[in-house]
Amino acid sequence: MADKVNNRSVFFNPFAKDNPVVVQVLGICSVLAVTAKLEPAMVMGLSVTVVLAFSNVIISLIRKTIPVNIRIIVQLVVVAGLVVIVNETLKAFAYDVSKQLSVFIGLIITNCILMGRLEAFAMANKPWPSFLDGVGNGIGYTIVLAITGFVRELLGSGTLWGFQVVPQSWYDAGYVNNGLMILPPMALIVVACIIWAQRHFNPDMQEK
Amino acid sequence: MENFNIFIRSIFVDNMIFAYFLGMCSFLAVSKNVKTAFGLGIAVTFMLVVTLPVNYLLNTYVLRPGALVWLGADMADVDLSFLSLIMFIAVIASMTQLVEMAVEKFAPSLYASLGIFLPLIAVNCAILGGSLFMQQRGFTSVGTAVCAGGGWGLGWLLAITAVAAIRERLATYSKIPAPLRGIGITFIVTALMGIAFMSFLGIKI
Repeated sequence: MADKVNNRSVFFNPFAKDNPVVVQVLGICSVLAVTAKLEPAMVMGLSVTVVLAFSNVIISLIRKTIPVNIRIIVQLVVVAGLVVIVNETLKAFAYDVSKQLSVFIGLIITNCILMGRLEAFAMANKPWPSFLDGVGNGIGYTIVLAITGFVRELLGSGTLWGFQVVPQSWYDAGYVNNGLMILPPMALIVVACIIWAQRHFNPDMQEK
Repeated sequence: MENFNIFIRSIFVDNMIFAYFLGMCSFLAVSKNVKTAFGLGIAVTFMLVVTLPVNYLLNTYVLRPGALVWLGADMADVDLSFLSLIMFIAVIASMTQLVEMAVEKFAPSLYASLGIFLPLIAVNCAILGGSLFMQQRGFTSVGTAVCAGGGWGLGWLLAITAVAAIRERLATYSKIPAPLRGIGITFIVTALMGIAFMSFLGIKI
């Protein structure tokens, strides 16, 4: 299997058909935590993509030398090191966003997408396909974050990327922001709707 | 008595799943039937009870500002707290590896049904989250750490068992639109239970 991996499908499958969030059901915690606003959601998606791509490459390079029994510890140390680098970089170059995200960047370590892809792909494949797999899954994750963040920010605060989009005249006419959208449970419902739509157009993915 | 209050609080008010939404990945994937869900719940509870006191001791005597004072007076202003994420995750990962080996040896059927989610306990946000909450709230004794860990674990167990039971019934008795079957309806059930559990937020113990 390791030699005959189709790079193209490795890269593009995670966008929709094999999406890490709505199909593989990995990394839900952070989807709930950071999607109340669009901007932190996109920064989070980018950070996860970077960490995922490079941890995939590193683990793939050393996959033959890791003893099976302590592989989890090795993987986590690699991921934790990369997360610290991303965290420091954000602090240096995007301080405002980093202050908004501080807790969640640390939580990338426990993002199941990382462990899931490392276990399922990087441990069995060469560095280049692993890199593509990491970037592809990162982008798939970012797409879901973007949709969820878009819906929640638009309906919950009437803004997009911090700019007011719902005009004042609507508020004067009695329109009210849906405060429920800010609460974490609503992220679950938005993701459920994405799953609904996606499986509606891919009937072979439906269960039973 | 205070520890008992923290224990009860951790189960209901600070419920890991319904109040903080931590540990969702394995929660969603393994809640298909009550038996497996219960097994994973026990594993998570065990991990929380073991790792929380260990990380508490690490935090108190190694990591927090001034913790190294027992090495000598000139170590009093050493602050290693930037290492806490890596140290906590290292403790959690090594404990997980132990549990994985034990389960593989003594309960092969449970091992087979948990599949990839056993190694994923290491990255179950509920467990790292527990350690981070411990650090953030400044627990004052090992007993408190054990009680909070047990409470959070039991709360997680309660949540996954309840949702697994609902899913078993749903699969038999209800007519859900086909695209929403399985994982989709689980998201919605969890969201509704989360909103219900918000009513506990007002209770002060």
